[in-house]
Amino acid sequence: MEKMLLNIGPSHPAMHGTVQIKVELDGERIIKADVEIGYLHRGFEKTAEHRTYMQVLPYTDRLNYVSPLLNNLAYAMAVEKLLGIDVPPRAKWLRMIFGEISRITDHLTCIAPVGMELGAFTIFLYMIKAREFLWDVLDATTGARLTTSYIRIGGVKADVPENFQDLLKKALRETRKAVKDVHGLLSRNPIFLKRTRDVAVVSQEEALSYGFTGPVLRSTGYYYDVRKAFPYLYYDQVDFEVPLGEKGDNYDRYMVRMKEIEQSIRIIEQSLEKMERGPVRSEDEVVEAYEAIKASHEGKYLDGKLKLGPNLEGMEKEVYYQIMAKVPRYILPPKEDLYRTMEGMIRHFKLIMSGHGLRPPAGEVYVPVEGGNGELGFYIVSDGGDRPYRLHLRAPVFSIMSALAKMIEGHYIADVIPTFASINMIGGELDR
Amino acid sequence: MGLEEIEREFSLERIETADGIPTYYCEKEGLLPLMEKLKSDFEILLDITAVDYFGKREKRFEVVYLLLSLSQKIRLRIKVRLGEGEKVSTLSFLWKNANWLEREVYDMFGIEFEGHPDLRRILLYPEFKGHPLRKDYPLKKSQPRIKLLRSERE
Amino acid sequence: MGKIREGNFVTTTLESLIGWARKYSIFQYPFVTACCGMEYMATAASHFDIDRFGAGLTRFTPRQADVLFVVGTISHKLAPVLKKVYEQMTEPKWVVAFGTCTITGGIYDNYAAVQGIDAIIPVDIYIPGCPPRPETVLDALMKLQEKIQKEKQKWALRK
Repeated sequence: MEKMLLNIGPSHPAMHGTVQIKVELDGERIIKADVEIGYLHRGFEKTAEHRTYMQVLPYTDRLNYVSPLLNNLAYAMAVEKLLGIDVPPRAKWLRMIFGEISRITDHLTCIAPVGMELGAFTIFLYMIKAREFLWDVLDATTGARLTTSYIRIGGVKADVPENFQDLLKKALRETRKAVKDVHGLLSRNPIFLKRTRDVAVVSQEEALSYGFTGPVLRSTGYYYDVRKAFPYLYYDQVDFEVPLGEKGDNYDRYMVRMKEIEQSIRIIEQSLEKMERGPVRSEDEVVEAYEAIKASHEGKYLDGKLKLGPNLEGMEKEVYYQIMAKVPRYILPPKEDLYRTMEGMIRHFKLIMSGHGLRPPAGEVYVPVEGGNGELGFYIVSDGGDRPYRLHLRAPVFSIMSALAKMIEGHYIADVIPTFASINMIGGELDR
Repeated sequence: MGLEEIEREFSLERIETADGIPTYYCEKEGLLPLMEKLKSDFEILLDITAVDYFGKREKRFEVVYLLLSLSQKIRLRIKVRLGEGEKVSTLSFLWKNANWLEREVYDMFGIEFEGHPDLRRILLYPEFKGHPLRKDYPLKKSQPRIKLLRSERE
Repeated sequence: MGKIREGNFVTTTLESLIGWARKYSIFQYPFVTACCGMEYMATAASHFDIDRFGAGLTRFTPRQADVLFVVGTISHKLAPVLKKVYEQMTEPKWVVAFGTCTITGGIYDNYAAVQGIDAIIPVDIYIPGCPPRPETVLDALMKLQEKIQKEKQKWALRK
């Protein structure tokens, strides 16, 4: 028997993300595989040690960049636990809504290539189209499409805009439609079934031993979801199911993700109902910010509503403490206070300027959330300074990728890429 | 088996943390028997990482293991103190993902794991010298693999 | 490009004709590594539709491509790969640096990331943004087309 050594990647047409897979082939069957990662190692953990707690937040967006808000959430919750602060209810509901939107975009972006790798390019276009509508919602609220940094330490960045409900409902309608279309195209498609059923099967024992969490673990039929096992935010107040697979093959992984999209939509709809109406923003006479600042120099205080820049929309003082914890020691004051009062100015200065900053008490904390790929947790060690002494991300996809070589062994070379796509490898999260 | 029993049996030292996860210090010799015992209850090894207390403590490293029990719904943290050059035994034959997690710790901190089947760099490249997450490694010290057209930083 | 004359014919120079042909038949090689890839996908998909600019066809081998899109952070581990891919491309070739990481290293000012890919290969168009919005990408694409049109065309008849 003559063996052939084939190298796939790191820059390979079918790879989304840079990973190198070296396979030993007997004909078209894989005898042995070796996975080399680290091509997107960007030194996140080291860099975080040199940034203040607030500065780390934008980096978290870029970890799992298909579900940035879930990363924000995990980080913000970890720092909040360290500080011992609680978040107002409206902020919690908003976190849930945006977290679930992020989960949907994650699963859409995962399924899109699964279809594409098997020749169904339409799936890619449908899914990305649905994602675009969801991103419009993010864009309207947060000002950014992808790297939003919306979930902040102490709450969320801004309240939702007035047309939020309509935008979101439209996005969910489009997502449902895309999911339905894809179900129709793929779920019972004989070619798709032949290519995904019984390919790269992972048993439950194997999955646990490799530390799988999230959809990939659930596809083996094991019931574990951080949202159910250790409820955070208000996940215990909404009704949703945890879809399970049967065998843990590529088809189950696809199916679990498809079903999870539907459950996430349910969570969003319930959250929208249960969330209290936000305060109505008043339409008082408007004071320009520079006038207020100028007056404050002379010790005067200008009454009336302050006109804020468009990027600060949703952060007005009327809504600020509904979306941000009222903890003056740790949380930035509303912009109105910053512009008009000395106390606000000092508080802002103390939290932002280097050498001051947010200083959590010394200690360590690990806070997990259910990320797009499983249990995503931040481990932060604080020494009482303004920067994390050590910050580590428990990346779910790292453990899953460690099993990839095992998963593809014995299968055809053509199954490598669909398997790789079905576990949703995200370089930013894997290599950090 | 309850945590108290294990704590007594292995004479572990418990510390309090902000997140309420039970946290114990363990001697490096006692790690393997402890983990073998814990394996039956804790199905998932969530994470292995390390912290470098360079210049702050006598034994500079602390290896942190995080376990999850799905049946009891608890997490458990075990820590091992290690000095420079000291080794700790591998867990890669208990939990399979320990293989990669330990490789990462080795890559980032230079902590070696005894009995590890394949201890080599995982995130960085073989030519890389030093271990970046050590506190004495400068943040911006890059080690290019190819000749660059211009210098990276002025 | 040229002038439309009476009787439906056009006069032009060979130079600008080649430029015109080249700018509307961009075969791109996406060297996608990171977050920017998400926006790259969005630009390529139906909402923004990069195909309108004649750049819809991606070639997944550098030998058939003429524009290299470097999308996302390039780490030092990946640098030799990028250089090799660039060297494999045939002339004429252009390089687009997509996103802040490829321009300056962006927020990753550390040991791992290359501080701007122009330390490895020459770059023609820089697209700022972290990640850039699809509108920015399309704008950059049009700028690239302008550049291709205006530049001195390298060509030769086969002997």
